[in-house]
Amino acid sequence: MPIILRRLLIFTTRHIDGVLLSAILLLMFTGLVALLSAANGSYVRLSGQLMNMMVALGVMWVFANIPPHYLMRMAVPLFLTGCALLVGVAVAGEVVNGARRWLNIGVTRIQPSELMKIAVPLMLAWYFNRNEASLKLRNYAIAALMLAIPAALILRQPDLGTALLISASGGYLIFLAGLPWRIILTLAVAGGASLPLLWSVMHDYQRQRVLTLLDPTTDPLGSGYHTIQSTIAVGSGGILGKGWMNGTQTHLDFIPERTTDFIFAVYSEEFGLLGNAVLLALYLFLIGRAMVITANAPTLFSRLLAGAITLTFFTYAFVNMGMVSGILPVVGVPLPLVSYGGTSLVSICLGFGILMSINTHKKLVQT
Amino acid sequence: MSELSINPGIEIRDSERELQRFRWRLVLLGGFVLLLFGLLFLRFFYLQVVQHGHYSTLAEANRISVLPVAPHRGVIFDRNGVLLAHNYSAYTLEITPTRAGDLETTIDELATIVEITPRDRRRFRKLLEESKRFESLPIRTRLSDEEIARFAVHRYRFPGVEAKARLFRQYPQGEIFSHVVGHIGRINQREVEQLEKSGRLANYRGSDYIGKTGLEQSYEAALHGTTGIEEVEVDSGGRAVRVLSRTPPVPGNNLVLNLDAQLQEIAYQAFGNRRGALVAIDPRNGGVLALVSKPGFDPNLFVDGIDPQSWSELNGSPDKPLLNRAAAGTYPPGSTFKPFMALAALFYGKRAPQQIISDPGFFMFGGHRFRDGRPVPLGAVDMHRSIVVSSDVYYYTLANELGIDPIAKFMALFGFGSRTGIDIAGESAGVLPSTEWKLRRLKQKWYAGETISVGIGQGYNSYTPLQLASATATLANDGVMYRPHIVNYVENIRSGEKTPVEPNPLRDLTLKPEHLKVVKDAMVGVNKEGTSARVFADAPYVAAGKTGTAQVIAIKQGEKYVESRVAERHRDHSLFIAYAPADNPTIALAVIAENSGFGARAAAPIARQVLDYHILGKLPAKPAVTD
Repeated sequence: MPIILRRLLIFTTRHIDGVLLSAILLLMFTGLVALLSAANGSYVRLSGQLMNMMVALGVMWVFANIPPHYLMRMAVPLFLTGCALLVGVAVAGEVVNGARRWLNIGVTRIQPSELMKIAVPLMLAWYFNRNEASLKLRNYAIAALMLAIPAALILRQPDLGTALLISASGGYLIFLAGLPWRIILTLAVAGGASLPLLWSVMHDYQRQRVLTLLDPTTDPLGSGYHTIQSTIAVGSGGILGKGWMNGTQTHLDFIPERTTDFIFAVYSEEFGLLGNAVLLALYLFLIGRAMVITANAPTLFSRLLAGAITLTFFTYAFVNMGMVSGILPVVGVPLPLVSYGGTSLVSICLGFGILMSINTHKKLVQT
Repeated sequence: MSELSINPGIEIRDSERELQRFRWRLVLLGGFVLLLFGLLFLRFFYLQVVQHGHYSTLAEANRISVLPVAPHRGVIFDRNGVLLAHNYSAYTLEITPTRAGDLETTIDELATIVEITPRDRRRFRKLLEESKRFESLPIRTRLSDEEIARFAVHRYRFPGVEAKARLFRQYPQGEIFSHVVGHIGRINQREVEQLEKSGRLANYRGSDYIGKTGLEQSYEAALHGTTGIEEVEVDSGGRAVRVLSRTPPVPGNNLVLNLDAQLQEIAYQAFGNRRGALVAIDPRNGGVLALVSKPGFDPNLFVDGIDPQSWSELNGSPDKPLLNRAAAGTYPPGSTFKPFMALAALFYGKRAPQQIISDPGFFMFGGHRFRDGRPVPLGAVDMHRSIVVSSDVYYYTLANELGIDPIAKFMALFGFGSRTGIDIAGESAGVLPSTEWKLRRLKQKWYAGETISVGIGQGYNSYTPLQLASATATLANDGVMYRPHIVNYVENIRSGEKTPVEPNPLRDLTLKPEHLKVVKDAMVGVNKEGTSARVFADAPYVAAGKTGTAQVIAIKQGEKYVESRVAERHRDHSLFIAYAPADNPTIALAVIAENSGFGARAAAPIARQVLDYHILGKLPAKPAVTD
């Protein structure tokens, strides 16, 4: 019996990275604490989120046990399917809240842009790995095109947040793949110059978001309301915070979407600068560990994929905290591992599952 | 992997270089991560340490709302504790126009749930025009429990519409007290400015109503009370979550009046369908026992804002129900002026009581024939008889002998021609004619001929029933004059403390008792054997009185006044002054019944019913005037 138990333990933990897992669990716990307060002490949301976490950790375990070369084989079909579905959305998608994001595939409704969050870095990593021996400027251009097509489709839905995150993950990956500096500089200059052009193709609500970001007080009851109220919540928290369950902005309903995108305002109001420092430290610890895994990844494919996953995760955290504290525009990005919601939790844990797989399968590759 | 094995040497070197480059770029990105997280931390530090005070204030301002708590308005009782104005709690349906969207649609939809009459709509539109503040305005008042329940079910459909429990002012006695008690109404912009100027606006936060007329207006400060403050925690929707602190409002003071509600009602009904006024005063202290102006109006119409149709009906009526005839209407006193003229004669020593004047039925002055209306001349008349039978010639000659200015000077002592200072607004001063008055008002000199008719209470003479009653009370009280006052005392309902409004004697006319006796005996004679003897024939008490008939239009020389030939509104006014009991008066009054003919015909019977009730407690079987 003990032998069987030991085997079972080894089987379950063989591909799990303890450091990464403990950081993830700490962040999840922080999220549950903030969620309980944001839901005014109701356990309904809390138990729902616990279920989401179980599923997410299950997905993480499954992906941690899939060797990276299996993933590599999935890259092309996954990417093509994803692109096809995005085209399907553009043609026959369902409109919810003014955005065409969902596709009814008969059995259920799916949001193909979520799939692309993992399919795009997978595809790019596969592409660079395939052309590793003879990387030319042309390859970077093709990679950029492969990134731009889904990003443009998602932007058209319109879903600025997801488009931005997918572009960021692709961008990090192309940078890590060794995009020459002269190209980077040229792009930076050209990008700066094309900002007015970007402004002209933006939707009205997107422009409004940018304008109210620059001065939220211009529309205090409209689109500036979120930013003003969340900034007040953060600022009034002070150094030590108002204490758990004592946030007035939270409990008097001044913070919109306080269980999801704006949960950081709840946390920050109740735990203050000290709590924020702890949270930043936890994220840094997690990102740091993920970077070590990335640095030690055995193949170009796994290195690029791990790097993109790590930095996308960072981007989630930075954009969310930046928007809640009023230095970034309000885009629909959750605080990773903390915000309520199953989809983002699963896609993030899936990413960490891949990281663990990369870290624990390299010895098998080498031997 | 198979591709790697083709040329392992080169590939490994390249891989090493590639790996170095990759790691270098990863380190750069690590620095990027640290930089941006550092930026976030600086932002947190700025918000939570540097600007903490600012954001704390904003969060508190979000959280706490200071709400005014309107005090209960004081209630008004008559001298016997009969309620004249009180508050009751009921539900109103109110719309906040700024939050309700399209008003017409909202009201149309509301009308499918609760009854909304065209009158409600008109009133709401009027309120909407008048309101300057972002306030909620009532569309329906006094909702039934069933209507409230129905609205509660459909409430989600009506943003900006709320059912509110409110205190309503009600005047249970309706039109009978309309001019005395007055009414409250919604505060208008002009009143807001006045309150602001006098520094009382803060106390009216939370109050929608203010006294507009009558006692409700003149005792506004006592009745209103002090507004309380409630500090509440509110959520983002502005709903109060809990009360943090509360300074309770101080309810307004109650008013207890000198008025006798029963007496007032008897007097009001006694007029039948005639127009007129009656003022009854306790001569011993100036307390107003009754102040009637007929017709009245229903003051309850005004409380929530009167609808335009009812308003134009009241305002346009030829009967002028909105006019307070008792205090603002002025009439020639007619022969009720004679007792005061007799006193003036004695005061100036112009005539001895027993001095005989010959009354041939007319008095010639400057070629003009001043008539006495009666068919048979009176002949020899002394002062007593001149009052009892109401000789005109006696007073034509007396006025001529006294001269206008001495008359004016003496009459001013009794308060004729000046406001009494009663405790409601809107009083008229009337006209006490004199050479100075005529010069000032008409820019003309006084003609001696004009003095003659002043002697019988005609000519330029014009006084309010209140002045006449006050003068009668002063006479009854032997020349000691009190300011007429409706309120007996103001009662603080918390401490029970009673603050009396009066009385302090205004002045003592220091009239000689023997002079007073002549006039007062003559006034007793009026009711015993004189012009109103038939009206008081069976009275078990002794009442002093004087009839009066006031011309509304001048009768041409050589013509005779025939009532049936004159339009109703041009007929003579019927007047009567009285006090009783004659030896120790507790009530003095003045009555005018408009266009009702001789004093003894309408005004005296009204006075009789009032005195009967006041002295005997006797209730009349039917109105005194029945035509």
